[in-house]
Amino acid sequence: MSDTTDTGPVLAADGTPLKRSLRRALRAQKLRALALIAPLLIFVLVTFIAPIADMLFRSVENQIVSNTLPNAVATLNDWDGTSDGLPGEDTFEALYYDMFLAAEAKRHTRVGSRLNYEESGISSMFRKSGRGVDDIGEDQIDALEDINDVWGDETFWFTMMSGPDGVAKANGILSAQRERLANLDQSSFAGEIGFAPSQQIADLLPRTVRAYTAFAVFTAIEDEDIVAEEEPWEAVKVALIEDLRSGIDLSGYDGPGAQELREAQQGLANQPAIDYKQGFIDITEDWANLDNWKTIKMYAPPFTTGYFLNAVDMQKTPEGFQPRPENEQIYGILFKRTLFMSLMITGSCILLAYPVAYLLANLPMRTSSLLMILVLLPFWTSLLVRTSAWKVMLQQQGVINDTLVWLGLVADEGRLVMINNQFGTIVAMTHILLPFMILPMYSVMSTIPPYYVRAARSLGATNWTSFWRVYFPQSVPGIGAGSILVFILAIGYYITPEIVGGTSGTFISNRIAYHISTSLNWGLAAALGSILLAAVLILYWAYDKIVGIDNVKLG
Amino acid sequence: MKFKTTLLATTALTVAAVSAQAQDMADSMTLVSWGGAYQNSQQKAYVEPYLADNPDVTATWDESSAEAVAKLRAMNEAGNVTWDLVDVVASDAMRLCDEGLAMELDHDEILAPAPDGTDASDDFGDLIVSDCFIPQIVYSTTFGYRTDMVPEGVEPPSSVCDVFDLETYPGKRALQKRPIDNMEWALYCDGVAKDEIYDVLGTDEGVTRALAKLEGIKDEVVWWTAGAETPQLLADGEVFMGSTYNGRLFSAIAEQDQPIGMMWDMQSFDLDGWIIPADLPEDRLARVLDFLYFATDTQRLADQAAYISYGPARESSAPLVGEHAELGIAMGPHMPTDPANATNTHLYDYEWWADNRDDLDAKFQSWLVN
Repeated sequence: MSDTTDTGPVLAADGTPLKRSLRRALRAQKLRALALIAPLLIFVLVTFIAPIADMLFRSVENQIVSNTLPNAVATLNDWDGTSDGLPGEDTFEALYYDMFLAAEAKRHTRVGSRLNYEESGISSMFRKSGRGVDDIGEDQIDALEDINDVWGDETFWFTMMSGPDGVAKANGILSAQRERLANLDQSSFAGEIGFAPSQQIADLLPRTVRAYTAFAVFTAIEDEDIVAEEEPWEAVKVALIEDLRSGIDLSGYDGPGAQELREAQQGLANQPAIDYKQGFIDITEDWANLDNWKTIKMYAPPFTTGYFLNAVDMQKTPEGFQPRPENEQIYGILFKRTLFMSLMITGSCILLAYPVAYLLANLPMRTSSLLMILVLLPFWTSLLVRTSAWKVMLQQQGVINDTLVWLGLVADEGRLVMINNQFGTIVAMTHILLPFMILPMYSVMSTIPPYYVRAARSLGATNWTSFWRVYFPQSVPGIGAGSILVFILAIGYYITPEIVGGTSGTFISNRIAYHISTSLNWGLAAALGSILLAAVLILYWAYDKIVGIDNVKLG
Repeated sequence: MKFKTTLLATTALTVAAVSAQAQDMADSMTLVSWGGAYQNSQQKAYVEPYLADNPDVTATWDESSAEAVAKLRAMNEAGNVTWDLVDVVASDAMRLCDEGLAMELDHDEILAPAPDGTDASDDFGDLIVSDCFIPQIVYSTTFGYRTDMVPEGVEPPSSVCDVFDLETYPGKRALQKRPIDNMEWALYCDGVAKDEIYDVLGTDEGVTRALAKLEGIKDEVVWWTAGAETPQLLADGEVFMGSTYNGRLFSAIAEQDQPIGMMWDMQSFDLDGWIIPADLPEDRLARVLDFLYFATDTQRLADQAAYISYGPARESSAPLVGEHAELGIAMGPHMPTDPANATNTHLYDYEWWADNRDDLDAKFQSWLVN
């Protein structure tokens, strides 16, 4: 009941509106809270979120092809990948410059390994091409140097390319080549190189200047040599030969080397053209194989669905997505098996853990502590030791079989096969993951008040009814927590299936490990990992819908 | 007075030169190897002698050779390569070289010539399968069998094809869980001539044929991934015969007295050696090169054979191979390269496998899980 007529905002003591003052106070508090959790936040970001993001990125990333062979890939756009003819001479010419540079930077074998995942044989095709690429145009280069041996002279080249002092420079070409090399080598090519091509010569001999500039940048920054003191690459001379043969008009040029250029143009007129296609096919016949070219074209874009397709037993073909041949399909089977076995393991963990957790929660303190130690002891033992122990137990000359034979239950010739198959994996993993089921169950069960069951009994319920209708529903959150924990751990398990799984008991994670450490196909490993992650998230979502994640308790 | 000054100046220069040289070389090395008996042979044959000559240098071992390729790639991507010298099999060396993770070398320039002056590259010969690779040993993957499990009245197995003969030699087999070697053996025992194996294996029919041959024993095979598994499986009597590295079998037979017999037929030769990671800092590289020059000379490689039954990669080392360091038995007859053992051998084609490994592995694994 106030008789104040002021309808404006409520003010704080210092005259600012209360709302703003409150907001400011709260913001300070929030910032302080954020600062307190910042170390944890950064830790989680760096060690958890970033690797997952990196994995997701790798599963589609494919920049290596277009970074290594940018020009060849660009010309392939015009090539109809489904036709029966090889790409044209322009593609092979572009490939020559790309390959030459890649071989200098030693990147050609990397793109070879990358493409070899898609088409066998590309790896050695690139390896051989890197070795042989400088033989292409050999005869013409010899002819050029026969005309005048200044073409083998580094100072002459440098002077011709730089132009006279104070002349306009073609800085665009220089920065383009820096960027090109930076993409190729995945490192920085910034820094002074002591060379810039003159604009005049760049207009006259575009190919040569591009090639020479790439050579200059690479020589100065990667090799740490002085450009003027190094003889240019064969690729530069080939570029010059092509420029001169393209019928340019040299009459207006009066810069350095004008005389020699005219002389060379005349002298080269009756030389045969460089046959790049034949040159590459001479290095290896594989360049005449259409499938290799189709693969290069297919994997030219910087991002690809190829890894994901491969991870679901499909492949990219010029005709679209198609299933892989039957004798190469493996991941579908492995995904299904991984899910099935993880469910089996979770199920057997529930069955075994429930009575143990019940005893732990309901026995007198002293006995239950002893029991708890028995649960925790194997938990503290090395995973490898436990897995190897199962090997000793389960193998055909192992403890269980020996005992069975000794008891006469099994004939010596008919020893049971319990390891190197699904059975062995399920047994060993159930044992290893059991504590992860027992502990959440126990912590939930120990909070269930014993008088509920007593009350049910005193009201006339049988033992079974009081357990099933009163005790069990209260312990379900523990089962839920344990199941999620065990299932998620199981689905990504690697070492135990590797040791006891044989061929029928291996998981998808074993293939992921293979692609990480042996085949080095990290893109495929990342795609498989992403699918596994998605599967876990979907199952988690389904669990939330069906059971409700609020029903999960760890204590 | 003048003389004294000169003397002082010379001394100062010498000291400066020595300390400059010491500064140029790092005083620690991280060597990567396989652990176990093999790493021990390296330690005894050349790391310990080298450290004795260079007391201020320390060497640390990292037993990561099995994952070397992946780890080196990860280190390279992170821009922090902590390894100085890595022991890998030849096929991994090729991969590392292709990936630009290993340094390309001029073998004649950095390695010691043979005692008679032969260039290192001639002394190692064809074993330099990659520009980045310095071979150390020749080993082989071959079969061992339990002598007490040979059925009565039957000759002990002596041919690789006995592995595929379940009627005469019933029992489990241990094979490596990869297509390499197994496919070649299968084709050979299916009647393909040795020099045509890779031509046949390059076709779809050839792959089907090899897998069909393996299908005959599939139910009896225990697949191994670590070299130590087969000797263990043989020792436990879990398998009748199994493939593994010849050095593992030697140590099970000679050092542990297990009832195991060797089968050298169609042993598959392979190489193991060093690579230097690409882009090492200069001081570390200088140290590594200094060590390598010593560790890969003729005498050192011959010394290594006193600790393990792998053949030295240098031709000039072979005559110097002596006796086992502890058992005192002559090591010559236990070398895979010994003429008596090498009557019928299989030469693994590195280039072919580098091209076809991914493809064949997909087919092989698909066959395994189905």
